[in-house]
Amino acid sequence: MTTLLQQLVYGLILGGTVGLIALGYTMVYGIVQLINFAHGEIFMVGAFGALATFTWVIPEGVKGTWYITLPLMVIAGAVVSMVLALIIERLAYKPLRNAPRLAPLITALGVSVALKEAVRLWYPGATAPLPFPKAFLAGNIDIGPVVFPKTGLLLIVVTIVLTTLLQIYINKSRMGRAMRATAQDPDVARLMGINPDRTIVLTFAIGAVLAGVAGVLYGIHLTNISIDIGFQNGIFAFTAAVLGGIGSIRGAVIGGFIIGLVKTIAGQYLPGGTQYDYVWIFVVLIAVLVFRPQGLFGETERVRA
Amino acid sequence: MRKKVATAAVLAAGALLITSCSTNKSETPGGNAAGGNQCDTSKGTLTVGVIAPLSGELTALGVGIRNSAQLAVDQANEKCTVKGYKLVLDPQDDEKNPQKAGQAATKLSSDPNTVGVIGTLNSSTSQTVQPILSGKKIVQISPANTSPTLTRGEDYKNAPKRQFDTYFRVCTTDDSQGPFAANYLVQKAGKKKIAVIADGKTYGEGLANEFEAKAKANGATIVAREKVGEKDTDFSGVIGKIKPLAPEAVYYGGEYGAAGPLSKQIKEAGLNIPLMGGDGIVDDTYGKLGGAATQGDLATSVGAPADKLPEAKAFIDAYNAKFPKDQGYSAYGSMSYDATNALIGALATTLANADWSDSQRETLIKNVQSYKQKGANGDIAFDQYGDSTNKLLTVYQVNNGKFEPVETGKLDS
Repeated sequence: MTTLLQQLVYGLILGGTVGLIALGYTMVYGIVQLINFAHGEIFMVGAFGALATFTWVIPEGVKGTWYITLPLMVIAGAVVSMVLALIIERLAYKPLRNAPRLAPLITALGVSVALKEAVRLWYPGATAPLPFPKAFLAGNIDIGPVVFPKTGLLLIVVTIVLTTLLQIYINKSRMGRAMRATAQDPDVARLMGINPDRTIVLTFAIGAVLAGVAGVLYGIHLTNISIDIGFQNGIFAFTAAVLGGIGSIRGAVIGGFIIGLVKTIAGQYLPGGTQYDYVWIFVVLIAVLVFRPQGLFGETERVRA
Repeated sequence: MRKKVATAAVLAAGALLITSCSTNKSETPGGNAAGGNQCDTSKGTLTVGVIAPLSGELTALGVGIRNSAQLAVDQANEKCTVKGYKLVLDPQDDEKNPQKAGQAATKLSSDPNTVGVIGTLNSSTSQTVQPILSGKKIVQISPANTSPTLTRGEDYKNAPKRQFDTYFRVCTTDDSQGPFAANYLVQKAGKKKIAVIADGKTYGEGLANEFEAKAKANGATIVAREKVGEKDTDFSGVIGKIKPLAPEAVYYGGEYGAAGPLSKQIKEAGLNIPLMGGDGIVDDTYGKLGGAATQGDLATSVGAPADKLPEAKAFIDAYNAKFPKDQGYSAYGSMSYDATNALIGALATTLANADWSDSQRETLIKNVQSYKQKGANGDIAFDQYGDSTNKLLTVYQVNNGKFEPVETGKLDS
């Protein structure tokens, strides 16, 4: 029983990370029908941006004061990710806005490889995993024999809060309405006085900020980052977005939690153990897609005229 | 750093161009710039290849191998060891990837002046390199491959059979290293419940299997056998699984890139037990990644600690004089130095009264086989399978982030 609860805790923590990243995939797909494979690397760069801020910007004296360091790192991670995403959108995706869908998809894969190699080449020491600071939130909350790392709890709470805020923003605000309109039909949205380019840029920016925040929290939780975290978690997040129904905010986060839980529970109880835990994630994905091709919360894809 | 590698590669390639245009007998004017003394290099340039990970997680180990080989080559050039020839080093990056290592081997073997290759670091990369170099009769001496199958075949315990007569290594193998670790952990440290984790690569799985068999024979219980990805950063699934089994120690088959974070996360989850690994985790990066959690962790490595042997002193002094502080010789530097010296020594014997050509390769292989000298790790000599006759192993323990030697010995089975 303890074991099950412990694995559930670990699963939820992983799920929180994956869910936060998955939001970026699902929003961008919803609005421009682009699977932004570079999104995982934006998450990775966000983590490296925060680490750089910690190493070189934050003065030695306050590094141990968590209520100064942590917000600064989160902001740095979010800003670095956002700026990067905007540059990528402007240089790589915007010129291909009206190209066949495959063109931006291949571009996204290219951007992903370029970002990873750029960090490896130019971030000092990034050829190996780098230690990430944790000093400010060390320790666990013990619930009986079950260990709940404080950083993991923070990750889950932040994921749920940000998702709720995002859902409210998209449903209630003016810009949110513009985003939904652009997703439904960019041409008609333009006729109604919406600037689709601005809306698309905003979508990329929000997705990137969430990925940047996820990157920092992930780094704090595991206290190590490497250039490979983007690809690995990106694939999980993409799977989560598809599982939850691509285009759906709620679906992405729930998909993320499902993946986290499947990974840890399968590693514990299913034959093959941790050797095969990745396999079970995709087994679940296939099973869901066979019965609900649009994903758990997705809508059947509209055919564009 | 990659830039430096690139520059070195370009220089080496340039040197090759000059020589390959006019076979290997051409004069290379100004070829003995290194050292500046007056060796006779009238017969041209010969290449010593290196295949090691010069980028990626294992950079520290790979750079140690490359620099130490460079040191041996430069010293040979200064001493005019190989009469009539100048030696150049051609380091190739394999990124610990078998496919890249294969490309590097193909590239090196296409050059008629490549006399031999020092490398690789990983047993998995050697599996692709061995047949390529063997096909061209090029000597390969590894400073670091520890998988026993590379020399003695799949059934190395019952029916050992030499795999490639071009392949040699100066380090001992996992079928000594794993049991040596098991003897220490079970008998000396008294750990009776052990969880074994491996990374799924040739080296990690092989080492973990050898450890597991011997630990069981010593009366320990293996409470779990788990697997992680070599690029994983989140080990919570595995840790959650082994924690309720209450192991007294974790044995990890793999390298420091995953082992450091693993050790840290084990302790953070409330399991206060040491992690033990093989030579793949012996690097100061392990302590940096794992932080204070690594205090008391254990590892075995091949050979005696380099800074304890009197023969090693000369190597370490020369190395530190030549290379900047941040590029230490790491776990395999002295091994690489010995391997390169074995190759150069055999080459000098081969070419004492002859000119280099493809027909000399058979003789070179024979001369490496019969090579016998004292090196930075003690005796350098090879048995009938190409393995080192030097079976020394050392147990290390982490103290303040650094591996400190505990005891050196041989596996007495």
